[in-house]
Amino acid sequence: MLNQLTISELTAKLASRDVSAREITQSCLDQIARVDGKIHAFISYDAADALAQADAADQLLSAKGRDASRPLLGIPIAIKDVLAVKNQPLNCASKILGKFTSTYDATVIEKLKAAGAIVFGRLNMDEFAMGSSTENSAFGATCNPWDITRIPGGSSGGSAAAVAANECIASLGTDTGGSIRQPAALCGCVGLKPTYGRISRYGLVAYASSLDQIGPFTKNVADAATLLGVMSGHDLRDSTSIPQPVPDYTKALTGDIRGLKLGLPKEYMVGGLDPEVKAAVDVAVKKYEELGAEIVEISLPHTDYAIATYYIIATAEASTNLARFDGIRYGARVDGADPAELYSKTRGAGFGAEVKRRIILGTYVLSSGYYDAYYLRAQKVRTLIRQDFLKAFETVDAIITPTTPTAAFKIGEKSDDPLQMYLSDIFTISCNLAGICGVSLPCGFTQNPKLPIGLQLLGKPFGEETMLRLAHAYEQNTAWHQQRIAI
Amino acid sequence: MASGEIDVKYVAQLARLSLTPEEEKKIGAQLGNILVYIEKLSELDVTNIEPTAHAVPLTNVTRADEVCPSLSHADALRNAPRQAGGLFIVPKIVE
Repeated sequence: MLNQLTISELTAKLASRDVSAREITQSCLDQIARVDGKIHAFISYDAADALAQADAADQLLSAKGRDASRPLLGIPIAIKDVLAVKNQPLNCASKILGKFTSTYDATVIEKLKAAGAIVFGRLNMDEFAMGSSTENSAFGATCNPWDITRIPGGSSGGSAAAVAANECIASLGTDTGGSIRQPAALCGCVGLKPTYGRISRYGLVAYASSLDQIGPFTKNVADAATLLGVMSGHDLRDSTSIPQPVPDYTKALTGDIRGLKLGLPKEYMVGGLDPEVKAAVDVAVKKYEELGAEIVEISLPHTDYAIATYYIIATAEASTNLARFDGIRYGARVDGADPAELYSKTRGAGFGAEVKRRIILGTYVLSSGYYDAYYLRAQKVRTLIRQDFLKAFETVDAIITPTTPTAAFKIGEKSDDPLQMYLSDIFTISCNLAGICGVSLPCGFTQNPKLPIGLQLLGKPFGEETMLRLAHAYEQNTAWHQQRIAI
Repeated sequence: MASGEIDVKYVAQLARLSLTPEEEKKIGAQLGNILVYIEKLSELDVTNIEPTAHAVPLTNVTRADEVCPSLSHADALRNAPRQAGGLFIVPKIVE
């Protein structure tokens, strides 16, 4: 089945003309028709448009053959519903955007299209990327393909589930506190959060602007490296994108990790960590030693303060970013006697419960009399958290941790207790506060039920090459990533 | 810091967000728990620590002031809930 293959496998088949882009795209669309009624990874998709893009790719392949300037030619890639794709709907899984359609392409979408990708579909997510389970969607929850009674993680749950269920070859998501790595771990795929500033955020609907990054979901590390290379680079339209050269990340995947130092933070292997997850990570650490890496115990002493820091900074930024959804220039509107009443009614009707909670919390921590106690203090603790990492990176090349404390939990299990939901992000959240890069890759399964377990590697700022080399070496010496769901 | 109390009605008004009485009650209770949790930051001594607004060291990012294509008038209005004559229609602001 073509939809089960990786970008590199399909690229080889396209180059030799064994398959067409239309056949690949059709196999994804067939899989969606077969399984998405159960999984609900997609909010919507435009099959005719996807096939038209596939035909255009096939024409290019006939005329010119494969060329290095289009590394994604003929590869169907699905998109989280928070990124602008010209003339496609954009809802952020919220009611408040109504019938919004994008007037332009996000920079990452421009880059994917220029690289030849077939960009299709709107993938489900937690509303405005706020959540860890994809239950907070105005379009209904997404289910974990490994067990449809469980959550796929979030907020990019649709992106992870669609790749795991072979409904697309790769997908894009966004990560503000773990929203790529956590669902990748829970669905058994590779999820990469690049360094802050590596990829332009132009055309990404902002949640927390100082933390948000776009990244890929793929079936293996090599595909993640390919997509990272396509999407990275400075962009004049995003003043926080960093003018740093883009290397060929696939060249970093040498398989040789001898002498690299991996830090094992002692604060991450404690309380609340499921024994099966811990055991799987312990085995992965041993595998790294076998492969010639040196394991060094490190300390990230402010780990315990990361979640509190995050929920002050992220909600503060969200409360200001989401002020733009006021029913005036776009989206749904509920009329009022004056503008203030129109704003309040529109926002009250349009936003879901979690978004309302975060807007209230964010407004509160920024409000007069509380700013210093909450927001300013959180920004200072953020400095301490960042310093923890920079200090650790003086002695190690990357850090190794579990991605999540447990495997996928049941739908509904934490939806009435937001604090418990927030605490499930404990291992992923510091990475965004520090602005470093991180990747999650499969490292085993729980026994009963069989659910994926994720291993997280954290790299230095702009240390993606070393981090991906480490991820790839482990992957090539284990078989976890080859396990597919019978769906 | 305040201890787990939040005037949801007042903050919602600041945020221009209408809530039902049930939502006010539920969000108030949930945020109370979250604020108690967040209190843990007061354990830390942050004297002389500089705040981090952004993890990247970019300041005063500028670009050349050149005219280039931007969103067309029609596209800017394309998603408007109400429009007429090339303008967004809003409730009366000034009597």
